[in-house]
Amino acid sequence: MKEILRSLRELKQYPSAVASLILILLMVGASVYTIFAIPYKEAIRLWRGSEEDWYKYPKQAAPIWTNLFSSKKQPVSFFLNSEETDNPHVDKQVETRADGSRKITITYTFDYNYDDFPQDMALYINSDYDSKKPLVSVTWVTPDERKVNVASFSILQRDVYRFSQDEKLGRILRAEPMIGLFADPAQELPTPLKGQYQMIVTGSVFEPDTTLEVELVTHGTLYGLAGTDFKRRDLMVALAWGMPIALSFGLLAALGTTITTLVIAAIGVWYGGWVDEAIQRITEVNSVLPFLPILIMIGTFYSRSIWLILGATILLSIFGLGIKNFRAIFMQIKEMPYIEAARSYGASDARIILYYLTPRVIPLLIPQLVTLVPTYVFLEASLAVLGLGDPFIPSWGKIINDARTNGALYEGLYYWILEPAALLLVTSLAFALLGFALDRVFNPRLRDV
Amino acid sequence: MTAIAQNDLEQVESKPKKRTASAFQRVFKYSAARLASLLFSVIVAIFLTIIIANMGGYVDELRMGEIRETVVQAARANVAYRALPPDQFQALVETQIQEQAHVEGLDRPFLLRALNYMKNALTLNLGNAVRMTSDTGSKQVRLIILERLPPTLLLWGVSGFLLFFVEIGVALSLSRQYGSWLDKLFVTMAPLSTTPGWFFGIFLILIFASFLRVLPFGGMVDAPVPDNTLDYSLSLAKHLILPTLALTLSQVFLQIYNWRTFFLIYSSEDYVEIAKAKGLSDKAIERNYVLRPTLPSIITNFALTLIALWLGGPITETIFNWPGLGRAFYEAVQFYDTPVILGQTVIYAYLLAFTVFLLDYLYALVDPRVKIGGGSQP
Repeated sequence: MKEILRSLRELKQYPSAVASLILILLMVGASVYTIFAIPYKEAIRLWRGSEEDWYKYPKQAAPIWTNLFSSKKQPVSFFLNSEETDNPHVDKQVETRADGSRKITITYTFDYNYDDFPQDMALYINSDYDSKKPLVSVTWVTPDERKVNVASFSILQRDVYRFSQDEKLGRILRAEPMIGLFADPAQELPTPLKGQYQMIVTGSVFEPDTTLEVELVTHGTLYGLAGTDFKRRDLMVALAWGMPIALSFGLLAALGTTITTLVIAAIGVWYGGWVDEAIQRITEVNSVLPFLPILIMIGTFYSRSIWLILGATILLSIFGLGIKNFRAIFMQIKEMPYIEAARSYGASDARIILYYLTPRVIPLLIPQLVTLVPTYVFLEASLAVLGLGDPFIPSWGKIINDARTNGALYEGLYYWILEPAALLLVTSLAFALLGFALDRVFNPRLRDV
Repeated sequence: MTAIAQNDLEQVESKPKKRTASAFQRVFKYSAARLASLLFSVIVAIFLTIIIANMGGYVDELRMGEIRETVVQAARANVAYRALPPDQFQALVETQIQEQAHVEGLDRPFLLRALNYMKNALTLNLGNAVRMTSDTGSKQVRLIILERLPPTLLLWGVSGFLLFFVEIGVALSLSRQYGSWLDKLFVTMAPLSTTPGWFFGIFLILIFASFLRVLPFGGMVDAPVPDNTLDYSLSLAKHLILPTLALTLSQVFLQIYNWRTFFLIYSSEDYVEIAKAKGLSDKAIERNYVLRPTLPSIITNFALTLIALWLGGPITETIFNWPGLGRAFYEAVQFYDTPVILGQTVIYAYLLAFTVFLLDYLYALVDPRVKIGGGSQP
């Protein structure tokens, strides 16, 4: 044990190892934070992608920071709700008329300084009336003081007005609604006019208790720090949850495999005879057992649960190539005097295997374990890319699969693939670098070359 | 196998003069033993595959479906049954299906059924696919799989060759300039090999197909298939670049690092120093004193690479739309085409065993210290 601690101290000499260790700790921290910030069930519910959760979000919007790299500024999505009374962009006035009806005026004021048109705008209207439907009219004021009467209509209790789908508006503007509303009339080619816009929603309600709340949702072409996918889901949910999933899958698989392999190799060497022979035979069978196809088969026939796949992965990897390496080392250790001594004072077989044989290989085991983690992290992603990801849990591989099958590469939606890919790469490199450094610390013979 | 090989080793050592005379016999004996042992492994592996598949009754369902289809078709074609009322016809068909199921042993215990299926699987006699068809329109699983085999072998072979020569070349040149910035660069890049081929593939598609638009996104040949052989090969070569590169990149860094280390270790041996002192040329030293003794370890290493290429195949092929086995596997998963999935698993077991066998031979071929059947294993 002391030897291990001393070796770990030696790690300080390797800057790459220190950096990767810090990175791994950061990732573990981020995972723990994610698990508490978005509980497991909440993450699964969100990722199922119901309309209710994601209606405010634009489809396939790139992250906001992409504007930093482009001279043509893309519109960022935003929403303004009339319920937010302290928001300076929203103003709500109520007037009572002589006949007892009320006039509610909601004014949204916002700056639009982008070089492209938004995807869509919509008004989400909530009103609890009993029988008399309120009337709503929408007016649009551009920075150059033009006024457009967008529409007037009576509303249901929960109603949505989508600007881009209003053909009448298109005829008034003589253009696609989103272009007509934002375009600068002085320009020949459609170019957005920059400046302060106003949207005035005037509602007439006829019952004393009726409320009227309207939310203006603007779907730009950018959203948030991570962007959104084809189901309007915020990729941040899956990117954040992908971290604990990848780490736990990678670590559990690596731990499960190496430790069982170690113990089995020790048992084989210690008992020898038919036990050893059987283990070697199984290893040989395992070497022609197609690992990935069998996992695919299990995923298709039984269940795609990530935990079942984890179990199968461990079972199929136990009798891997590692067993041969461990066996060769145990063969030498078995002949050592201290084992002879243990045997002579009557130590049990289990005691010798677990306390005297296996601990000797731990220096060899640790680097191997760490280097194995990225392999399994990628295995999970690989299965997801084949469409065999866990159906409920959001993971990085599933984002890549969604992006690929929805043509992200053809349409140039690079953020969709690059974000999970970058996270996968960083995770695997952190473990691989640490593993390499550990290998040098624990196996000094490698240090010279 | 080890027991036989051990015997053989003793024989060889006791009668050194007869070595050449019995060479053929020895090779034959060794091959037979090795083949038998591998065949045994394949049989067990396929048996396990069947057991895993049939635990949920999938193979049984498959057989029942096939029996039903043939029985119903035969009954429909039979003129004598035409006059029967529908419910009687149905009952007749049902009894016939039950009888046929009994004949095929579907009512026998699980283990016996599994053995029966294993026999069918070993001969790839897996019946018909549910939805997939081969290019010739056949529904036979065997044909679908065999048709997809050549593209996979092509991709695998080209990547394997490329890997081998790039690795040897780069590793040798790095070992010559040990400690240079290039050497250090490759050492730091070694951890990149934890990333699988498809991952590199996505980046390659992104750069060369989507962004630069110089190479195709995927597929094996251009859409109207070129009719003359030259155009066909050119188109094939163009489509081969990215997948090969992806598979190569996924392995090359770690292997270069490993091989360079082997070369460095062997370059510091005494006999190399003596050769240098004798004034042999660098080339001769490299070829005779460094490369020769390292080849066996290199080949073992390379074996693992090739096996890794097999296992990385399905996903890389899927990403590149390469019409090989892996892509067929992906399609079968999408369609829930059970017979094809089973057949694929079986053929991968065969391919793996074949690779292992081939590499055993190569190993013995390059290392004069190991005679085939001489028993000293890595």
